[in-house]
Order: sequence, then C-alpha cells, then structure tokens
Amino acid sequence: MALLEIRDVVKRFGDFTAVNHVSLSVEAGEFFTLLGPSGCGKTTLLRMLAGFEQPDSGEIVLDSVNVAAVPPEKRPVHTVFQNYALFPHMTVAQNIAFPLKMANVAADEIKTRVAEVLEDVRLSQFATRYPNELSGGQRQRVAIARALVNRPRLLLLDEPLSALDAKLREEMQIELINLQKEVGITFVYVTHDQGEALALSHRIAVMNKGEVAQLDAPETIYSYPKSRFVADFIGQCNLLDATVKSIGSDRMQIEIAGVGIAETLPVAGAQVGQSGCLTVRPEKIKLGATLPSDDADEVHFKGKVHDCLYLGDVTIYIIELDNGMLVETMLPNSAPGRAKFFDDNDLVELAWRFDAGHFILA
Amino acid sequence: MAKSNRINKWLISGPPLLYLIIFFAIPSLIMAFAAFRFPGDYGGLLPLIGPNPDTGANELLVTAENWRDYLTFENFGLFFTDSIYVELFAKSFWYAGITTLICLAMAYPLAWLIARSPKKYRDLMILLVILPFWSNFLIRVYAWMIILGPQGYFSMAINQVLGLIGIGPVQLMFSHVAVIIVLVYVHLPFMVLPLYANLEKHDMALLDAAQDLGASGWQRFWKITWPLSLPGVWAGAALVFIPALGMFAVPDLVGGTDGIMIGNLIKQQFLDSRDWPFGSVLSIMLTLAVLLLAGFAALIGRGGKRNAL
Repeated sequence: MALLEIRDVVKRFGDFTAVNHVSLSVEAGEFFTLLGPSGCGKTTLLRMLAGFEQPDSGEIVLDSVNVAAVPPEKRPVHTVFQNYALFPHMTVAQNIAFPLKMANVAADEIKTRVAEVLEDVRLSQFATRYPNELSGGQRQRVAIARALVNRPRLLLLDEPLSALDAKLREEMQIELINLQKEVGITFVYVTHDQGEALALSHRIAVMNKGEVAQLDAPETIYSYPKSRFVADFIGQCNLLDATVKSIGSDRMQIEIAGVGIAETLPVAGAQVGQSGCLTVRPEKIKLGATLPSDDADEVHFKGKVHDCLYLGDVTIYIIELDNGMLVETMLPNSAPGRAKFFDDNDLVELAWRFDAGHFILA
Repeated sequence: MAKSNRINKWLISGPPLLYLIIFFAIPSLIMAFAAFRFPGDYGGLLPLIGPNPDTGANELLVTAENWRDYLTFENFGLFFTDSIYVELFAKSFWYAGITTLICLAMAYPLAWLIARSPKKYRDLMILLVILPFWSNFLIRVYAWMIILGPQGYFSMAINQVLGLIGIGPVQLMFSHVAVIIVLVYVHLPFMVLPLYANLEKHDMALLDAAQDLGASGWQRFWKITWPLSLPGVWAGAALVFIPALGMFAVPDLVGGTDGIMIGNLIKQQFLDSRDWPFGSVLSIMLTLAVLLLAGFAALIGRGGKRNAL
C-alpha cells in the first residue's frame, strides 16, 4: 500500500472549489510534485496534507490512517515554507532543534541529531548564527534541515526555491535531489515552475482548476501530454489544429487545416472526422534550407522564417507555413563561429517524424 | 552635500534640544545643587548671595571659611538614616511594579486581539483604547472617587458579594487597592499601544511553522509569540512603570494616608514642609532609581535587538 493516499478530496472556499475530487497516491521514498498555475489548488492540497486545512469530503490516508482531521502538530509531516519561516529569535541550531524539543527528545540526542543534519546541509559552521545573518540559500537549507531533523514520514515543500535567483535555484535543485536520495524521506513538492518539476520529480501531478489534469513521470508528461492544457503548460509546444482523416493500425492520418495531410500515431478512441490538435515540441522539428522529402516516416512542410530569437546556446525560429500558421522550431548553435543559420524571410523546409508529434482529441 | 546635511540635522534637532536644555537639563542641575544647600528661614533655600552687613551691597556670602554654613551632605544623610523614606521608596516601587504587571496581563490579550482583527477594525479599536485621553485626567480620577466611594455602585456591589461569604464591608476608597486600581486604569493605554505595535508586525507564518513542527497552542505562544514580543513588553513596561513610580495626583486623590507614594512625599517637602533641599534629595534619588532601571532595560533590549529580523 502506498505511503500516502488522497481519496476523492474536495475543498471549497465559499463558492470557489479549490480542490475538486482529487485522488492520488504517493509511494514511500518518492519525489512527488504538484505542478500547476497559481489558483490551481496545489497549495490548498498541500495545506490539507500538512493539516492547516480540513477537506470538506474525502480521505487523506497516511500509513493506513485517515489523518484528514488530525491537527498539524500531531502529524508526522513537516513543511518547508515558501519564505522559510525561520524563527528570527533563535540561532540556526535552535531553529533546527525546535521540532526535536517539541517531540521531547532528550537533550544530548538533540545535540547529536542537530549536528548530523547541519552536516547534511553543509551548515555546521553556521550553527550559532541568527537567520538574519544568513544568505537566501543558507536560510533555505536551514528550513529544510529543520523540517527533516525529526524524520517526518512526509516532507512537504511549498515553492521552496521561488525566492532564490536563477543560478542559486539550479544549485539548490541538485542539492535537493541528492538530499532526498540520501535521507530517503518522501518529498511532496509544490511548484508552478515546470522546469523545476521536470528536473526534480519522480512523478508529477499537473493540476488545473482544482483537478489533476495528468499524473505521470516527467518524460511522459513532456512527450505525451494528455490535454491541450498540459501540452501548453509544460515547456514550449506547437499546437496544430487538425481533424482525423483516416485511421490505420499503426498510423493515423490527420489534416492540418490549410496546410496538408500529416501522419501521426493513432490515438485510442479516435474516430474519423474528429477534431483535435497535434502537439509537436520545437526541438523535435528538423529545419533546413532543403530537406529530403522521400522518407515516408516524415511529415514535410515548407515555410519562411518569421522571427528569430537568439538565445546563445540555441536559436528559436518561428516559421510561417503557407497558410500563415506559425510553428516554433529550435536549432542548437553547435557549428563553431556561427551565431545562427537563417535570417528573417529565408525560405526553409521543416520536417518531423510521424511519431514525434502526439495527437490530442478535442 | 555633507555640510548641508549637517546643517539640516541641527535645524531639525536644535529646537527640541534647546527646549530640553532650558526646561529640563538646567532645572535638573539647579535641583541637584539645591540638594546640598540649607532651607531658607521661610521656605525656599538659604540664599548664597545677600547684602553685606557692612556695606549693604549684594555679594556672594560663601567664603572658604564659612562654606559649611551654606553647603551640606546632611540632606542625603537624612534620607538614609530614617528608614521611613527607603520604605516609602520600596512601597512606591511595589505599587508601580504591581501596576505594570496588571497592565501587562490586561493589555497583552487585548493588544493581541486587536492585532489579529481584520485590518478595517483595527484603527477603530485603537481609537477606543486612546479614547479616555479625550477627557481630562483629573476628571477621570474624580470619576473613580465616585465609583470607589462608599456610596458608589461598584463599592456597594463588591460589599454585597463579600457580605455573602461573611467578609466586609470593606472600604475601597482611600486605600492602596484604590491607588493600584486607578494607576492601572490611567496607564493601561500606554501598555496596549507598544504591545499592539509589536504584535501587529508578527509574521503569522512563524506560528504555522511552529505548529507544523509539533508545537501546541501554549508552546507556540511561549516559544514564538512571547519572545518576539519582548521589545514591546519592555517598551510598555517602561511607559507604565516610570510614570506610575513618580505619580502623586492619584495617591493624593484616592490613596488617603494609607496609599501615599514617593511623589506625594516630594510634593509635601516642597509645598507643605517647605524643605526644598530634602525635596531635591528625594527627587534625585527617584531619578537615579529610574535611570538605573532604564539602563538595565536598555541592556536587555540591546540583547533582543540583535535577534530582530
């Protein structure tokens, strides 16, 4: 049985349904992420896991016990808060010792465990500092150490990296992954940053309007989004409106309005005439002045460069197809001495393998 | 730039500084000096300047030979030889201390409640706290004289209740109980305001964090809210304790002979006994005591400031 099971949980605030019949389970030792835009219900769900909110209906089962009505201080669940919420009148060591004191751990054991966890987060020499004498990254690590020291069954992290700058955030991501492996505690991580979610998680639950839109491993979510919302929210994605023309055993033909016929993988439940959209990631599209058009496995189109965005490592080309539809593609600037391959209004050809795209039924 | 800044600094701080020098520092020095002099024949101080018996011209009467007739330590000796004065000091400290504690116990929950109220009601509540200041201090104390007087409903109600368990009747008016009741009433807003200013700034996320980490309601208060509110507690305590210590009007009006405080004694020395030097000694001792306390509080306060985020 899973460590945590959320069963049909509903939470309303007045007329607003923040969490709408959500069910999911988290395995022991997993790094699980709740991802979604603000207002999608991820934070409310997290607060229910911590105990700060009670679900209107449904169960939250932790270690086979329904904890939905158990107050926060009685749950074996600790939280890393968004702005760390370190106690300003206590030193780093006192902050970390706090949950142990609350749990009536013996004084000498507190000492050794605080020292251990300070070692884990590489803050041993800062034990006697006060929080206002630390940098953002150090505060972050104290908050994590404080939440980990009493070995909770579940560690909740509420957008813990959002207050850090981009470079530090990447360092902390690597640290978090390593720390989670090391301590083996189950992490439930809340973020609105899809890059962070993809980088950190074993599994991601993408949430939208109080419901789970998709729950899968990061690769699956990225490559096979189940809905327009997920495709659009996770990374850059071309969404090409199309209708189903014919369905074969291993391929399906679709007509992209005004552009032409394309082949893609068949989708369960698809019927001829049904509309939907083809999702193709920019990096899966080949781009060239001329491309061989004899490969039957490839979808092939012509267009011209509408815009270029030079990003250093890659250049993003927005290609305008014959019907005016815009497709985003991306080329790594791998050739030495060359900033980019094409300029605005260059005529180009683009192609992608039939299985590079993924059709979503409307 | 630096120069005009300096000029601005003096322009801003100059007037209040001058005011304090003229009306506080110089009079305090005069009073300190008066403590070493003798009382005049008809009150006041024995003059140091007077007409020369031979020439009739005004001149300094103190000389290297006769200064012992004009300057003395006797007044300080009197303060320490008769235990009644030290006892009265102790009693005044006791009254002011009790007043401070009762104010703290009453103001803390109130300030906490206001700080946790919806923002739109807070200003109204603070207005209600300072509303008593809109009427004259003496009128409010006179009102208490009626309330605590033998014919007052409050007194009568108390005696009714005490009568049921076979105690009393007690007289509230003209007792130390009356002094403390009115001292608390007068100073309560001075405790509420700094406490509110402090509690209002507390980050509620800290309490969530403490609860999340296993702290019960009481633990959250004693480990988080209380230590973080200490600067407010010290500020409120100073604002209540120091004025309460020197208060003479309240014990004068509601204290009777039982409820007299150091302030009354000082007033008595200057106005009734006409012993200015000894009144000055009492004033200096009071000031020294308060300074000692303020220094002590500042020392603690500095320890707390370091930890403020």
